Amino acid sequence: MDKITIADVDLKKKLRKKGRGGEIWRRFKKNKTAIVGMFIFIFIVLVMIMADFIVSYNVAVTQKISNRFIQPGSAGHIFGTDNFGRDIMARIVHGSRNSLLVGIGAVTIGIILGGILGSISGFYGGGIDSLIVRTTDTVMCIPLMLLVLSIVAALGTSLVNVLIAMMIANVPHYIRIVRAAVLSVVGQDYIEAARACGTPSFWIILKHVIPNAIGPIIVQATMAVGTMIIHAAGISFLGMGIQPPTPEWGAMLNEAKNYMIDYPYTVIFPGLSIGLTALSLNLMGDGLRDALDPKLKD
Amino acid sequence: MARYIIKRVLMLIPMLLVIIFIVSFIMNLTPSDPGTLLLGERATPEAVAEMNARLGYSDPFFVRYVKYVIGAFQGNLGNSWKSGDPVIREILRRFPATLTLAVGAIVIGLTVGMTLGILSAVKQYSALDIAGTAFSMTLASFPGFWIGMMLIILFALKLGWLPSFGVGTLRHYILPWLTTSCAFGASMLRMTRTSMLESIRMDYIRTARAKGQTERIVILRHALRNALLPVVTILGMSFGGLLGGTVTIETVFSIPGVGSLIIEAIRMKDIPVVVGATVTLATCFTLLMLLVDILYAFIDPRIKARYLRY
Repeated sequence: MDKITIADVDLKKKLRKKGRGGEIWRRFKKNKTAIVGMFIFIFIVLVMIMADFIVSYNVAVTQKISNRFIQPGSAGHIFGTDNFGRDIMARIVHGSRNSLLVGIGAVTIGIILGGILGSISGFYGGGIDSLIVRTTDTVMCIPLMLLVLSIVAALGTSLVNVLIAMMIANVPHYIRIVRAAVLSVVGQDYIEAARACGTPSFWIILKHVIPNAIGPIIVQATMAVGTMIIHAAGISFLGMGIQPPTPEWGAMLNEAKNYMIDYPYTVIFPGLSIGLTALSLNLMGDGLRDALDPKLKD
Repeated sequence: MARYIIKRVLMLIPMLLVIIFIVSFIMNLTPSDPGTLLLGERATPEAVAEMNARLGYSDPFFVRYVKYVIGAFQGNLGNSWKSGDPVIREILRRFPATLTLAVGAIVIGLTVGMTLGILSAVKQYSALDIAGTAFSMTLASFPGFWIGMMLIILFALKLGWLPSFGVGTLRHYILPWLTTSCAFGASMLRMTRTSMLESIRMDYIRTARAKGQTERIVILRHALRNALLPVVTILGMSFGGLLGGTVTIETVFSIPGVGSLIIEAIRMKDIPVVVGATVTLATCFTLLMLLVDILYAFIDPRIKARYLRY
């Protein structure tokens, strides 16, 4: 056995005082790209929250034909105006609400549903597990985009329905993620110990399984928000999602695609917004993964 | 091994039944019926009802589902409400474009992604590795259809090198291939890199080096072969995903593939086409996943040994 030095004891005390969160934050902080991602994301969230203070919603939806296709960089229209003379920056600022709402909303609700089913599946095993696994495997054979599109077709095109469709279509993925995370925990001795103490199953799941399995789930969720934003944009791009004149990044691309030959900037800015948001989330997710489990870092 | 394959093939049947059920159930909720679609909104309710009855649409959902399944296993996916043509013929007419798009993108993504992935792993933390990681992450963050639009603006409009839409010649496919391969190539790069880094640290690599094997053989024969397993999984899944997931890219480049067929059918509420095409693509996906599982056994003798015990 290794000798425990005073330095080790000090380190342990320090770690205990900071707790697990502090330790993760310390490692996350070291990752420069993750920090950059975090700042970009915070910026985007701030823009979303303060959209009404930055520019009024009316500017984003008011059509003024005399203002059509003002080039970016002009006074009052940094990103230029679109085919209806609406300010593109105002539409991007207000569009962030719809795009982020769909992304974050679909992932949050999906993770909760997937979390419940995934924990049941991973914790109990047996018949219920194979039923859930078989079903998710089958649903995942249907291409995601097509599944979402058919659900939207059935429910009708609107922001809420896109959110619901994305959530339903993605639940199988979350079930898989949560189940895998739970399975990695369930075999551990402390779960056996809790069982031996007669702790009720749901309490074991809540108190022991979830806290220990939550790391990879958070990482996946962070990245999933980015993916959802991209998919939601794709659905609006196809004209099946949020309907104009409501500003949304994918819908903006759909409207602008007929004019991109002469006015490329009308498609560049909305696309950059989608990409930058997804990129910031991916960078954060990557950093979080390394911070949560340094062993995984190559 | 043969028994395992037969078992897996038999398992496909219940899976397909469930897939058909899910898709037809969702589409059944869509507010649309063939009578209204064919006769128009102004037709009398009686005429609509009669038309629906003639087409077998007024049967209960479950009866229609069973009839559909029986037909589907005989290769009959029903007729389009709009044109009256067999759905299967329409799908077969559109499938080559989708397949060309997917195969080309897979070839490009596989070559570029795997090569860069191997190089990144061999020269970890080098400039190439960092650039590769940054590049793949950026590509994966932007929507494919938007990357396609940017490529059109650059190569078709500004430089005039390539056609921007349509499918006349293979030249027409270059931009769609590049676009589609972006996300796939990026995930290929990351997967190959991670998997290679893992296998490079194994003891057998040290043994191979100690034997005096050349670095080339150590990397290609010893490390890469062992790193291939997860890569093959991603390959199979992505290929299946690309068959159905390129709807937006097909739209951008006006490619008459199965994806755009589905979009057109959804817009027209031509439900048999939507169900038929979606089920066909899902079937392709399940078949590919089966192929991947069987491929595993050939790549990894350990897995084969496990199957032989059955």
